[in-house]
Amino acid sequence: MNAQESLHDSRRWKLWEPVFWLLALATPFVLGSHALIINEIAIVALFAVSLDLILGYTGIVSLGHAAFFGMGAYTAALFAKHVMPDPLVGLGVAIVLSTLFGAVCSLTIMRGTDLTRLMVTIGVGLIMMELANKLDFTGGADGLQGVIMGPLLGRFEFDLQGQTAAWYSLCVLLVFFILAKRLVNSSFGATLMAVRDNRLRAMAIGIPVTARLAVIYTIAAGVAGAAGALLAQTTSFASIDVFEFHRSADLKLLLVIGGIGWLYGGVTGAIVFKVMQDWLSSITPQYWTFWIGLFLVVLVMVGRERLIRPWTWFGGKK
Amino acid sequence: MSSPEIVLSAQGLVKRFGGITATGNVNLDLRKGARHALIGPNGAGKTTLINLLTGVLEPTEGRILLQGEDITNLAPHQRVRRGMVRTFQINQLFDTLTPLETLALTVSQHMGLGGRWWQPLGKRRDVTERCEKLLAQFHLTEVMNQKTNVLAYGKRRLLEIAIALACEPSVLLLDEPVAGVPAGEREELLQTVAALPADVSVLLIEHDMDLVFSFANRMTVLVNGTVLTEGDPDTIANDPQVKAVYLGHGEELAHG
Repeated sequence: MNAQESLHDSRRWKLWEPVFWLLALATPFVLGSHALIINEIAIVALFAVSLDLILGYTGIVSLGHAAFFGMGAYTAALFAKHVMPDPLVGLGVAIVLSTLFGAVCSLTIMRGTDLTRLMVTIGVGLIMMELANKLDFTGGADGLQGVIMGPLLGRFEFDLQGQTAAWYSLCVLLVFFILAKRLVNSSFGATLMAVRDNRLRAMAIGIPVTARLAVIYTIAAGVAGAAGALLAQTTSFASIDVFEFHRSADLKLLLVIGGIGWLYGGVTGAIVFKVMQDWLSSITPQYWTFWIGLFLVVLVMVGRERLIRPWTWFGGKK
Repeated sequence: MSSPEIVLSAQGLVKRFGGITATGNVNLDLRKGARHALIGPNGAGKTTLINLLTGVLEPTEGRILLQGEDITNLAPHQRVRRGMVRTFQINQLFDTLTPLETLALTVSQHMGLGGRWWQPLGKRRDVTERCEKLLAQFHLTEVMNQKTNVLAYGKRRLLEIAIALACEPSVLLLDEPVAGVPAGEREELLQTVAALPADVSVLLIEHDMDLVFSFANRMTVLVNGTVLTEGDPDTIANDPQVKAVYLGHGEELAHG
């Protein structure tokens, strides 16, 4: 096999991928009564894909990614309330503003170590939350109420059952997923992984490392903003909860569950985490976090590869 | 014979770390197509000098010219674009990528495609053809699809140099290319170093005297951060000063 075929082979869409996405797009109709959670999963998955771009592919640690999610959420909610109720235009505006905000924040992650980056990203998240709490036009601690969304494409009203919402979020997720896949498989994506694996060498082959960090951080902020906008639009509500620290932290857990540096990691992580959360909290409403915690510990101790292959648990060589 | 043009020139380079002078007033000229060795005992400041030349460290004083252009204040990646590329004494590779991916991304970056997010890596024929050539030249074809972190040490060492050549340097700084390579994998490496393109000017840092004397046509001896002497290999081999401080008390010097 020559070089071109090798590179092409490891980067093309596998057969199961379109099948997976077709099934995903069918779920709001087949599992109509679960449309709300499907919507939530799609939103979290998009948020996770965004974090994976910086954490998994470029090696930028962040515990403040919710800042961009929240930025998108509030932008979409305020836009719908004060300017126009069309969801797609609102989504576009939210993406543009969070991207710009990401570009500004990218200045804060250029220098320093992983630890300082963690602190800075947490700091930005806290500032945003306090601003949303304090400012008048955001509705403060009560959240932004009275958001009324127009119909999607002028035809599909957001229904109470959440079918339109789920379908909308899934479609937006798919579009961003395709773009993200294109990006990570490109020359640009390869230079990001080079920066992640060895920053010193990346510089020594002529990659402008800080420029790369800035660009991908900005792009990821835009994608996170899209996820936030979807949440605000499909729930007709934005509250300071979107900036909460636990959102950024949960997101990291979810990537750990699904796998870092693999776009489907965010998607699988979102499915497993949300379904488990939903299921456990219906069985044991008070103590469900115990079981999530236990699952995470077992997952890390045993390893994802072995956990999904029960036949390797007992006996065998390794 | 007129001397070929100077491609890289260090002029009065000084680097102090606090009170310690790691590099003291070093002048060094690298001529076009040179095979120039930089030798000196441990702690002589060879790697510091490389770090100054490549921009990893900022000199306290002095300046660096590349093809006559002052590059003293340029960032490392900007020097690479102007044709000065280095290898590392300790392998600096992209562990989770394959040799093919590594070279493909390096070649793409070199061709100015590194910022293209829509074009799949290796889509362009000229990129992959260059990769195939490099893989063959560095005996990496059969392992091109394995993850770099599982490769044998000798192969990793070859990849280390292949990456540098993928940037098509006009000036190549080799920092101890055969360091730590087991005897069985050594020959392959020596051959590739000997077969470097003639128009590439090479500055070689090496402890292995066989390699130094078989490779270099000019040598600079660095001691305590300053240049002790410079000359052709024969002159250096017979210099009593060099024998005394570096090669160990007047013993016969082995020619490679």
